[in-house]
This record gives sequence, structure tokens and C-alpha cells, in this order.
Amino acid sequence: MSSLRHSPIGDRLYQTLTTLCAISVLVLLLVLSARIFVAASPALQAFGWRFLTGAQWDAVHGVFGVAPAVYGTVISSALALALATPLALAVAIFSAEVAPAWLRSILEFALDLLAAIPSVIYGLWGLFVLVPLLRDRVMPVLTETLGLADTPLFAGPAYGPSMLAAALLLAIMILPYIAAVAREVLAAVPDAQREAALALGATRWEMLRHAVLPYARSGLVGAVILGLGRAFGETMAVTMVIGNRHEMSASLLAPGYTLASLIANEFAEASATLHHAALMAAGATLLLVTLLVNALARWLVWRVRRPGDA
Amino acid sequence: MAAASADRADVPPVTTARLAAEGLGAYYGPTRVVRDVTASFTPGRVTAIVGPSGCGKSTLLRCLNRLHETGRDARTTGRVWLDDVDVYAPDVSAVAVRRQVALVMQRPTPFPTLSIEQNVVAGLQAAHARPTADLRAVTEDALRRAALWSEVSHRLRARPGTLSEGQQQRLCIARALATSPRVLLLDEPTASLDPLSVQKIEELVYGLRDRVTVVMVTHNMQQAARVSDETAFLLHGELVEMAATTTLFTTPGDPRTEAYITGRFG
Repeated sequence: MSSLRHSPIGDRLYQTLTTLCAISVLVLLLVLSARIFVAASPALQAFGWRFLTGAQWDAVHGVFGVAPAVYGTVISSALALALATPLALAVAIFSAEVAPAWLRSILEFALDLLAAIPSVIYGLWGLFVLVPLLRDRVMPVLTETLGLADTPLFAGPAYGPSMLAAALLLAIMILPYIAAVAREVLAAVPDAQREAALALGATRWEMLRHAVLPYARSGLVGAVILGLGRAFGETMAVTMVIGNRHEMSASLLAPGYTLASLIANEFAEASATLHHAALMAAGATLLLVTLLVNALARWLVWRVRRPGDA
Repeated sequence: MAAASADRADVPPVTTARLAAEGLGAYYGPTRVVRDVTASFTPGRVTAIVGPSGCGKSTLLRCLNRLHETGRDARTTGRVWLDDVDVYAPDVSAVAVRRQVALVMQRPTPFPTLSIEQNVVAGLQAAHARPTADLRAVTEDALRRAALWSEVSHRLRARPGTLSEGQQQRLCIARALATSPRVLLLDEPTASLDPLSVQKIEELVYGLRDRVTVVMVTHNMQQAARVSDETAFLLHGELVEMAATTTLFTTPGDPRTEAYITGRFG
């Protein structure tokens, strides 16, 4: 009878252990967020909403506002995403649907390698190759040859380190992540879906458009969101090429700042309590921005997934 | 409804086709799955292909509309005649063949992100077969022929995920019929369904004769006896015997056929 009544000890141990691990993730997230907000509270109390809306960051006079860094974070990441997504999806589609087996494995290896390069290496390359290239070759073409200097997007002097450089570098860095996840998502589409389309007389392209991509779309959105998350948090490489100027400019050629590079640049020198708290508050802001964008993305995925609507 | 039936007159009449395999062989890599099959499928009739699991029934079916060759390491030899055209001739497009010889899979494969209505016309839109014809009329006609119209007419915009598996399979048949195929291939279409759905699909297949040539793979001999005019018995990739269904089930010509239908193996 007892063997019927009691579940084996191993089962219970396993259940307890996995439950504890799962809870520890939540606890970690809560404690981390709470600590950041507590450490940030002097700055938040001193400036209130002006911390978010203020454009001035003056450690000497103790005035802190992160608007330009929030702007730089969002714009550089959004631009990077806009540049990287079409390319990454094309790579994923080629790898999963078109490429022969031997080429596919080479491509996968190259993507994994790209993803494994440390960000400081990307930063060095950006600083010594990409920025000079942009300054000497690309920016003159944009401003003079194409005559875009009068438009707000390409106004002002072109030093090299700029929002454009940061966005390009970020695009290169997040491309392998988006492509790798998108490739897995496409590979997970059941072959029956492909065959169903082919059996109806679809060409390979029509099969992709009408059967594979719609089936995979929420996963593909997930891949893009993963790329966005990486772009938001990327610190080192961006710090090296964005110019680190606490200003908001519509021009892509002008330097900017991001929340992550702001923290990385100033943490060592933050001796005043308020300065320290302001950096913590910048961290909290980055956390919130990331959270908001992720929530928005999940909502989008949920919207397209909802059954019953056409 | 009156308008809808008037529209249906615009749908061109389906012309059935003579389909025949000649020395047909199929391979997965070095493994030969179908051996030298020669068979003729009567236009406007239902032919059942029966045989034990793994005898190559499904592969044979997939060779008939050139779907087999899309698999990895898959290869076909021999000919398949659609009227007087060899569908494996070098200048024949596999895509064009599949637009005339539709195939419905064993398990329902509706496109989950499209509505029921969009599913029905998915093949049409992919094939550009009838550009912006009255899609509504085509949808209704296909769903009626697949015996699904009365169950979904009030919710054409719903996703197929809201349908039962049997309804989903009939939706897939409707999707194939909407492209006005000349031949309809069915790969064990009722294998995963409940008895009521099986009955509906059998009635529907029986009713399709005269308008379309049907070839149906099944492992269920009672089903073959119920719906087919002719039956082919396949064993180890070889066509053992092909005859009128009543003949094959009452007086089989080959001892292996007799052994199989009397349940001594398979």
C-alpha cells in the first residue's frame, strides 16, 4: 500500500530542486532591480521627472538629466535593427531554405564565429577601420556628392565618431544573433507545411511566402527582439565609436551618447553621492526602457498569434 | 444562395485525366522504395492503393505529382503519363504538374495563420491559376464539394485551429479541389480521424468520381472496398496486382494478394 501512496523520493527531490532554481531566477531579478532603484533614489528624489526629461549632465554642478542618452540608446538601436533585420532574415532564409548542405554548414560556422567575437574587438575595428572609412569616404559622399548636407539627417560637421558609426557597428554585431535564431525558427517549421504548399502547385518562393514565413512569424519577431535587446545593452563597442557627447541631434553624423556608455564612462570617477546615484538611475532607466520595449514586442507577438481573427 | 449557385456555373467544368505510371521507380539515397510500377488509373474513377505499412504506397503516390523529388536524396526513375504528357520529361515543370495533380497529406496541414476562407483559396493564389476570379464562389463551391460548407459557412474568417481534425482534413481537401485539379491524390486521408469524420470523407471521395480522377492510399481494406472502383495491391514496392475492387477482394489472382486480404499478414 505504501508504494501506492507515496511518490518516490527522487521525484519529490527533483520537483523541489527545479522549483527552487526557477524561483531563484525571479528572486535574483527582483533583488537586482530593487538594489538599483534604492541606490538610484537620491537622484530620483532630487530631480524627479526632470531626470528623464533633462538634457543637461553636469557632474561638477550636480545637475543630471538623461534624455540625450535615452534618445541615443533608442535611436542607435532602432537604426541598427532597421539595417540588420532585412539582411539577417535574408541570410536565415538562404541558410534554411535555399543553400545546399555543405554551404549551409559553412554559413552556420561563420555566423557562430561572428557572434563569438568579443565586443571590444568590434569596437577596435569600428574605431580604426569603420570610423575613418566613414569620415574619409562615406560621409563626404553623403554630404557633398549627394548634397544631403542641407537635410537635418546629415547636417553638421562629420568628425567620424557618430550615431551613424554606432548604428552600423551595432547592426553588424546583432546580425549573427538575429540570423541564427531566425534560421532555427525556420528550420522548426514542419516539413508538412512546406509539402502542403508544394503539393498545391506553389513555387519555392510562393511556398516560403505563403506557408513558411507566416508559420514562423512570431518566432521571427522573437529573433528580432533578441537582436534589439542586445543592441540596447551593448556597451563597449558603442562607447568606442559613438562620440560620447551628451547632446540630442537629429543628424546621424553628429556624435551622441547611450545609457550604457554613459555608465561605463563615468562609473570610475563618480565620487559624489549624487553622481553615483545618477548613474544608478541611468541604469534603472536602461532597465525600464528594455522592459518596455520587450513588453511591447510581446504584445505585438500576442496580437498576431491570436486565433480566430483574419 | 441563388446568386452563389449562378456563380458556380462560371467555374469551368473539371476535366478528368488519364494518369498512368510506366516503369516507375523511387529511391531514397541508395534505397529503392518503389520498383518498376506500371499501372493505369481510370479517368473519373477512384483507385485505391492498399498494402502493408512501409510497402511504398505513399512514395508511389508522391511520385505521381513529382512531390517525391523534393525530399532529401530522393530520386525517381521511369515515366508518369498525364494524358499524353510524360510529367518527368525534361521540359515539363514540376510546379505545373502539381497544379493539375493535387495531393492531400495523411495528417491535416491547414496553414494556421490564414483564415478558413484564405486556406481554401491559398492554392489558387499561389498558382495564379484564376486571377481574382470570384474567390467567394470558388470557396463556397470547394467547401460544398468537401462536405464542409454547412459547418463553416458562418465562420469563414476563423482560423483553422478552431476546427476539429476531421474538419481540418476536409478543409485540406477543399483547398486541393479549389485549384480544379484533374487528378486528386489522397495519402491515407482518414488515418488520424474519428469514425464519423472517416465516414464523411469516404462519402466525399465517393462523390468526387466523374469530376476528378482519384488515387487514394489506404491501409484499411474495408475503406478501399467501400469507396474505390479499382484497387492496386502493393508489396515491397512492387505492384502485385491491380483489378476492379470487387474482383480483387473476391477472386484475387495472386496468392500474395489473397494472403494479405484474408489477413494472413500485414
